[in-house]
Amino acid sequence: MFDDFFVRALFAGVGVALIAGPLGSFIVWRRMAYFGDTMAHSALLGVALSLLMEINLTLSVFAVAASVSLFLLLLQRRQALSADALLGILSHSTLAIGLVLVAFMYWVRIDLNAYLFGDILAVSRMDIALVWGGGVLTIGVLIAFWRSLLAATVNHELAEAEGLQPERARLVLMLLMALVIAIAMKVVGIMLITSLLIIPAATARRFSPTPEIMAVFAALIGAVAVVGGLFGSLKFDTPSGPSIVVAALVLFLISLLPASWKRREVS
Amino acid sequence: MQDKTNKLPPERQETLVALSGAGVYRSGRWLVRGVDFAVKRGEIVTLIGPNGSGKSTSAKLAIGVLKADEGRVERVAGLKVGYVPQKLSIDWTLPLTVKRLMTLTGPLPAHEIDAAMDATGIRHLAKAEVQTLSGGEFQRALMARAIARKPDLLVLDEPVQGVDFSGEIALYDLIRTIRDTAGCGILLISHDLHVVMAETDTVICLNGHVCCRGTPHAVSASPEYLSLFGPTAARSLAVYTHQHDHVHLPDGRVQHSDGSITDHCHPEDGHHHDHDHKHEHGDACCGHDHSHDHAHDPQEARHV
Repeated sequence: MFDDFFVRALFAGVGVALIAGPLGSFIVWRRMAYFGDTMAHSALLGVALSLLMEINLTLSVFAVAASVSLFLLLLQRRQALSADALLGILSHSTLAIGLVLVAFMYWVRIDLNAYLFGDILAVSRMDIALVWGGGVLTIGVLIAFWRSLLAATVNHELAEAEGLQPERARLVLMLLMALVIAIAMKVVGIMLITSLLIIPAATARRFSPTPEIMAVFAALIGAVAVVGGLFGSLKFDTPSGPSIVVAALVLFLISLLPASWKRREVS
Repeated sequence: MQDKTNKLPPERQETLVALSGAGVYRSGRWLVRGVDFAVKRGEIVTLIGPNGSGKSTSAKLAIGVLKADEGRVERVAGLKVGYVPQKLSIDWTLPLTVKRLMTLTGPLPAHEIDAAMDATGIRHLAKAEVQTLSGGEFQRALMARAIARKPDLLVLDEPVQGVDFSGEIALYDLIRTIRDTAGCGILLISHDLHVVMAETDTVICLNGHVCCRGTPHAVSASPEYLSLFGPTAARSLAVYTHQHDHVHLPDGRVQHSDGSITDHCHPEDGHHHDHDHKHEHGDACCGHDHSHDHAHDPQEARHV
């Protein structure tokens, strides 16, 4: 059944969406959207290093994204610059260094577009195995750390005072983000990963009475966006990665609609 | 059984946490230094002091959120803390009902969640999202969460902030009830110098260091306290002791201590708040000592 490139794309995309939903919920709750974006941008540096040193691409992207997040945590402790400015510096400089490195390597010819915007139609069986294997691992770790992550999201000191080790939870969250970026890069591309993390979670918010339900809804909404985006890209012959993001955005806009109707009825 | 804990002689009370000469050094200055105090089971210790005097810092030292850069902090092994932080903002994107908030840091049996919500009077808000609560309701929800886990040590950082006068009295009543029924130690932080609970066993007055300590009455009369807050503030320090003889029911009627229910307060009813305003420290405009015990006139009494 994986013979057809479109079926492979569907499986890989839905897999990414299912992981991105719960993780993206934490990114939204903790206001880490820009943080996630910065980690994603650093993935291009990972791509360049993997080509330069001939190491596994996913491993290299994971290592670079994880290092950047740890580096950010260290810099934030020193409180010399605002977190916002630090993110801006790291986000664009890692992307730029990646691009410069790739340009230096005249002996490799790579399709930058595939890394920046994803090449979901080219995923292999191996990629699908990676997405689903990494996905099961990510969700398992997320469930194991759920309580301390959620408590730390509400209040770091509260979690600490009541014995939940929020610092360790934060580290786990960083590593999971790096892992998901490494896995998702091939599907939606560096520039669009954050949108798949954030838009479905933001869409799920209005329909969710509890954090747990919001995480599940975000995963399902992301999956619908992937399926819708892929069929749209097939029908209208548009690039698949951006089509998925547009589909996610459409779902988000639809989620806003009932409220404005209600408001109009009242007024 | 449990409420006898606080009636044990002092030497038999279990010390939950003890700070000795503790200090915290951050960005080139000491936030607090030389802090000594201990909280025992069944005891209420109140930290007061001006802004930036290190009240929250001292409390965070006690519960281990901050590490002491000098001195010692000793905690009983396996100390279970219930913490109500001073500032807590929950992002609107996090769907969190009051009920879900109760089990934020650990699972709890349903009947204990309900009991804590009843004690704080927020049962009717169980399904409300925490972002929609008023300041007072949110404080009560946070307090319900902290007491539901049956802590050994309850740490309340300015629990009455954003709460109106009557709500404040209700919260202080609740704090006393928690101490009496649960028998835990309570570390209370207050910026509000005007009302210090009479049930407080020890008041620690902080200003970067411990400047004075003792019972609420002793502290309000101490020269260190007067020089720190000035005679005006000191004069208005009210030691609040509450003697309810009637309860206002949700429907507006009044239930009296003898069990009878009427539509209004009786003229002789007292919200005996015993605002023992300490005027003996030279009140220039009046000149005479009037430690008055003004039971509120029912017409102007704030309904509790």
